[in-house]
Amino acid sequence: MAADPHDTAGSPVLEVSDLTVDFETEHGWTTVVDSVSFSIEAGETLGLVGESGSGKTITALSVMGLVDGRGARVQGSVKVEGREMIGASEPVLRTVRGDLVSMIFQEPRRSLNPAFTVGNQIAETVRRHQGLSRRDAWAKTVEMLDIVGIPDPARRARQYPHELSGGMCQRVMLGIALACEPALLIADEPTTALDATVQKRMLGLMQSLKQRFGLSILFISHDLGVVSEMADRVAVMYAGSIAEIAPRHELFAEPGHPYTAGLLATYADGGDGGGSGDTVRQPRRMLSIAGMVPAAHEWPTGCRFHPRCLHAQEGRCDAGELALVGFGPQRASRCVRRGELVLEGLQSP
Amino acid sequence: MARLITRRLMTAALLLVIITFLVLALVDLAPGDAATRLAGDGASPEQIQQVREDLDLDDPLLERYGRWASDAVTGDLGTSLFSSQSVSSAIGDRLPVTLSLAATALLITVVVALVLGVIAANWPHTLVDRFVTAAAALTMSLPPFVVGVLAVTVFAIQRSWLPATGYSPVADDGYAEWARHLILPGAALAAASTAELARQIRGSLIDAMRQDYVRTARAKGLTRGAIVCKHAMKNAAIPILTVLGLQVGRILGGAVTVEFIFVMPGFGQLALTAVEQQDIPMIQGVVVVSAISVLVINLLVDISYGLVNPKLRRA
Amino acid sequence: MTRILDVRDVHKRYPLGRSFFGRPKTFHDALRGTSLTLDAGRTVAVVGESGAGKSTLGRLILGAERADSGTIELFGTDVTRASTKQWRALRRRGQMIFQDPFASLDPRMTVGDSVAEGLIIHERELDRAGRTTRVTELLDRVGLGPAYLPRYPHELSGGQLQRVSIARALGPQPDLIVCDEPVAALDVSIQAQVLNLLLDLQDQLGLGYVFISHDLSIVRRFAHEVVVMREGEVVESGPIEQVFTNPSDPYTEELIGAVLRPSATRTIPDIDAGSAADTEAEADKPVMST
Repeated sequence: MAADPHDTAGSPVLEVSDLTVDFETEHGWTTVVDSVSFSIEAGETLGLVGESGSGKTITALSVMGLVDGRGARVQGSVKVEGREMIGASEPVLRTVRGDLVSMIFQEPRRSLNPAFTVGNQIAETVRRHQGLSRRDAWAKTVEMLDIVGIPDPARRARQYPHELSGGMCQRVMLGIALACEPALLIADEPTTALDATVQKRMLGLMQSLKQRFGLSILFISHDLGVVSEMADRVAVMYAGSIAEIAPRHELFAEPGHPYTAGLLATYADGGDGGGSGDTVRQPRRMLSIAGMVPAAHEWPTGCRFHPRCLHAQEGRCDAGELALVGFGPQRASRCVRRGELVLEGLQSP
Repeated sequence: MARLITRRLMTAALLLVIITFLVLALVDLAPGDAATRLAGDGASPEQIQQVREDLDLDDPLLERYGRWASDAVTGDLGTSLFSSQSVSSAIGDRLPVTLSLAATALLITVVVALVLGVIAANWPHTLVDRFVTAAAALTMSLPPFVVGVLAVTVFAIQRSWLPATGYSPVADDGYAEWARHLILPGAALAAASTAELARQIRGSLIDAMRQDYVRTARAKGLTRGAIVCKHAMKNAAIPILTVLGLQVGRILGGAVTVEFIFVMPGFGQLALTAVEQQDIPMIQGVVVVSAISVLVINLLVDISYGLVNPKLRRA
Repeated sequence: MTRILDVRDVHKRYPLGRSFFGRPKTFHDALRGTSLTLDAGRTVAVVGESGAGKSTLGRLILGAERADSGTIELFGTDVTRASTKQWRALRRRGQMIFQDPFASLDPRMTVGDSVAEGLIIHERELDRAGRTTRVTELLDRVGLGPAYLPRYPHELSGGQLQRVSIARALGPQPDLIVCDEPVAALDVSIQAQVLNLLLDLQDQLGLGYVFISHDLSIVRRFAHEVVVMREGEVVESGPIEQVFTNPSDPYTEELIGAVLRPSATRTIPDIDAGSAADTEAEADKPVMST
C-alpha cells in the first residue's frame, strides 16, 4: 500500500520514541541502543550515519520488529504509519513486514536464498501479502524486475542468485522490498559492498524508485558521501544514541557536534581543492579522530564521545545525563558546549 | 543431469566388477573349504578332491571369475552349491522380506527424524530441544539387536500387542498382518538411524536459520512455517540427504541382525548362511545385489543434490 | 632512485569449469599484459573495480602465485624464474598486509606470537628474549603498548588488529609492503589512523608500498603514482595528481566521477540510474574476486 503523501497530512510515516535495546551478554544486560528518538515524514529520506558500535543497524532491525529472542529486550515505541511495532504479536508484525515497511541489506548475494530463483523470491512476497495467483504473481515479478532496471527480466527471473552480479542482486532485493509498495523502505548499507560505479547507478535507481512509489527511506550508512546524495535530513549516531540531527545542508556546513565535525574532517581536502597545478604532490596525512569507539559495556559516563573529543571540558562533559537538545528548526544536538564552539564543516562546494 | 547419470552408471559398473572380483578372491583366502563341507563328514581326501574338480574349484581365480561374470551379465547367477536352488530364485524369495523391513525402517526414520529435528531446530536450546538431543545421543549408540530384544520383550512378550517373530507376506494374510509383523523389527532397525538423522536435521536447520537469507525472509513477513520448511530446509537438505544415504546403507546392513532376532526369512539370513558355508555362487549373488542397491542409493542421493541445489546441477 | 619493483607484461589466467578428464574448458584472464614500476620509498596505488585483477597482481608480486608469462623484477631479481633459495632471500624484503585482519591472523596465536613469526623465520640469530624485545619495539612503532603481547585477536578491534598485521610485516625489515585493501574493512575514523601510521612508517623507514584499493579518495592522498586497472589490463597510469586532474581514459574518468563526497551545498541531483547496457555489462562480470 503506497502511502499517499497528501493523505496522512502531518502524521509521520515512522515515529521512533525512546527506543532502547538491551542484549544479554557475558557482561550482563548491556544497552546497545539508548533512548533513540526520531521520525520520518512521508516522502522523506532520513540518513542514519554511524560507525560500528553506534547501534544503527539494531535500530533499523527494531523498526522491523526483528530484534527478538530470549537474550534481547526492546523498549520504547516504534510506530509505522501509526501502528505500534514494539510488543506487537508476531502475526501482526508479519503482516506489516514486507507490506508496510521493507528492508534491504548490505550483502545482496547472501541476502537472497541460493536455492530458489530470484523470480520465486519476489513472487513469494506478493503472494504472501496480496494473495495473488501464481500467474499474476509472476507477471508482477517480471514487472518489478523491469522497474528496478534489470534487462531481459523474464529470462532473469528464472535465474538463481549465483548467476547474477552483486549489483543485480541488490536490484532484485529492491524488487522484493518494493513489490507490495510499502510506505517505508529501510536500507542498511545497501551499496557498501558494491563497486563505486555500480553504487552510483544503484543510488540513482533508489532515487527514481522513491519518486515513483512515494517512499520514505531510512538510509543507513557509514559513508557521508553516499548520505550526502540521498538524505534530506541526517541523524548521526554514536555509541547507542543520536549525537545530532539536522537537515543535510546544515549538518555538513555547520555541524553541531564535535563527532560530526571529526567525521567530516576525514573527508575534507580530498585533493580537488587547491594546488592542482602541482602535479608532483607528496602524500599527506589525513585528519583523524583519536581513539576508538567504546564497546557497549564500557560506555563512558557523561558524553560518550568526550574521551576522544578535542573540546571536552572536565565537569561538564564527563558526567551526568546529556540530552538531545533542539536548537533551530529541525536541529538538535547532544553536545552541551555546542553553543560556544565553532565547529568546522565542509568548505564549499 | 543426464551427463551426471551416465557418468555415475559407468563408474557403478566398474565398481561392481571390482567388488565382485575382490569378494571372490577373499573367499579363496578365507579359512575353510566349500568342497570339504559339501563332501560331508568322513569323506576321504579323494572324494573331496573329486567334489573340487566337479565344481571346478581348482581353476585359477581369473578363470572362475570370468565364467561367473559372463553368466551373471545374462542374468544367470548360478546355482547354490548346497541347496541346488538357483541363486536368483533364492534371492528372489528372500528379497521382498528384507525390502519390506528396510522400507518400514526407512519410513519410520524419515518421518520421526523430520518431526523431531524440525521441532528441535525451531526452539533451540529450550527444554524440548535438549530432550530431543539427549534422547538422540542415547539412542544412536544402541545397536539394532539391543533395541530389538527390548522391543520384543516389552511389546510382544509382556504384552501381546504385536507379534514377536515372523514375517507375514501380503499374499497370505493381507496388508494389516503384514504391517503388524513389520512394526517391531522396523522400529528396532530404525532407532539408531532415526537418532542420527534427527541430529543432522536439527544441526543443518539451525545452521541454515542463521543465514542472511533467512533474515530477508523474516523481513518479508513470511510465516514461520514458510521460513523453516521452505527457505531453510532447501538449503539444509544437502547434508541431510547425505546422512540419509548413509543411513540407508546402515539399515540394509543392520537388517541381518534384526532378521535373526525376529526370525524373518530375509536376505540377510541368506547372506549369513552363504558365507558360513562358503557357498560361492550364493555369496557372489548376494554381493551383487547388495552392491547394486548401495550404488543405486548413492546415485539417487546424488541426483537429489542436483534437484535441491541448483549450483550442483552441472556435474 | 632505486627501482625495487618492475612488473612487465604479466599474464595470468585461471581455469573455469573442467571437463570429465580434468582439462579446463574455459579460462578467466585475470591479468592481460600488466606492467607497473615502483621506486624505493614511494607508493604506487593499484585501483580498479572488482574483477580488475588487483589482488591477483598483489599475489604474483610476492610469489604467492606464479605468473603465466611476463617478468617481475623484485629488487633486481626476476622472480618469475627464481629458485626457492632466491625466493627465501627475497621474501624477507617483501611483505604483505591484507584486508581482513581477523582472517589473516591466526586466532589461536597471541599477538606477540603472530608478530614474532616473521622474526623466527628471517632472523634466526635472535633468541627468545631477543625476539620479545624486537616484538615490543615493533608494537611500539605501530602505537601498541606491551600490554598487547599476550592478547588474542578476538580481544582486539579491527583497527588494532590491522596495526598488529603491520607490526608483523615490519618484523623482517622489509623494503616493500604490498597492501591489499588494508583499510577497507575498518571504520572511517580508524582508516585515517592506520593510513597515517603507514605514511609515518614510510617516512621513517623508507618503505615502498604497492597499495591496492578500490577507494579512490583515499588513494589520492596516499600515493605518489597510480595504476588504473580494468578487467586485467592497465588502462592508465602516472603521477597521481596528473591522473586525477587530467584523466586521459574515459574509464578513469568514470571511476573518478563515481566517488561521492559529502557536500553542503549541492542539491540532491538526479543521479543517472544508468542505461540497460550498463546493467547488462555489470551482469557479465565473472564471479571471482580478483
